[in-house]
Amino acid sequence: MDRVPILKIEGILFVSIQVDLQDDTVLQLQEDLADELSATGAHGVIIDITAVEIVDSFIGRMLTTIGSISRMFDAETVLVGMRPAVAITLTELGLSLRGVRTALNAEKGLRLLAARDG
Amino acid sequence: MDVDSSQTRMVDVLLANQEKLLARWAEILLASDAGQGTAEETRQELAEIFGALQRSMSDADESAQGELRAMLAELSRSRARRGATPTQTAISVFALKDAVYELVASAAELVPEFLVFSRMVDDLGLFTFQTYAAAREQVIADQAEAMLELSTPVVRLWDGIIAVPLIGTLDSARTQLVMEKMLDALVTEGAEHAVIDITGVPTVDTEVAQHLLKTVMAARLLGAECTISGIRPQIAHTIVSLGIEFGDIATKATLADALGHALKQSGLKVGPA
Repeated sequence: MDRVPILKIEGILFVSIQVDLQDDTVLQLQEDLADELSATGAHGVIIDITAVEIVDSFIGRMLTTIGSISRMFDAETVLVGMRPAVAITLTELGLSLRGVRTALNAEKGLRLLAARDG
Repeated sequence: MDVDSSQTRMVDVLLANQEKLLARWAEILLASDAGQGTAEETRQELAEIFGALQRSMSDADESAQGELRAMLAELSRSRARRGATPTQTAISVFALKDAVYELVASAAELVPEFLVFSRMVDDLGLFTFQTYAAAREQVIADQAEAMLELSTPVVRLWDGIIAVPLIGTLDSARTQLVMEKMLDALVTEGAEHAVIDITGVPTVDTEVAQHLLKTVMAARLLGAECTISGIRPQIAHTIVSLGIEFGDIATKATLADALGHALKQSGLKVGPA
């Protein structure tokens, strides 16, 4: 099973998904991220999904769950680099990813987190 | 009398009078103004079809039949593209029947053969008509597609602000295209604001509103904010009467207001120089 690496950069956890998302990959990521948040006390999570071309309702829901888990640790989740096709699919599925913020790219995501910390 | 033997006899008659028939066929066509090309072109076209017709009648082989149909299809397609009427196209084939009838009118013993032949020509005429209709439909579909492409521009208003002026009735296919083009533009321009201007949309019903909401939601997933502008008084009235909720989506009266809103959101300010 592919495992998604989590990088910590100055209080922010950076997750770049470069593999095809399988259900168990996402579940593993969810666990790893919770462990990492609790261990580091990071205040922000950036998930880069530039390379993700296919999503389904399960993965859409998992992203929302990751957002909720991060919130438990007082961290904000920003989803960056979503492809237009993925956005259309999620909208058609009726998922609006509540509790997760979005940005066009990683740079804008970082700025969003910085603005929040003021 | 079986069909095969009558066909063989008919082919003999056709072959024996080939020159005369072709001349008459072309004459009828040119007189009826159905041959759109020059007289010479028409004659050559007819001679080719006549040859293929003979081969398909004397040959039980499927390929001769196919060749004839392909030829007729080409004829009706070119007529359709040149804007000929359906009658003009169908008459190209039916005129042959007139020409043959004039030939056999004096020979009573050929009447059964002529009937069989006539039925075959009818089939071919119908086939021509069918191809003609299909070709015209293709032309319409191509135009519709071209119009779809033309009518959905995405323009850059400012650094990081794009606008999508919508003109004409919105249906599912068009909204889908608008959505895709707008989202692509947001990503390639790195724009965080999009203004959807609906000044040119004549009516807004629940379906159109639903499409607009979906587009805004998809843009939000990318990390961009949308403003809807150009809402005319009647449309505002309709939207409220229908009970459509735009929720927390910003709506503005004019494109200028929307641009001002987007600039403010981006932390920009335009003032006197």
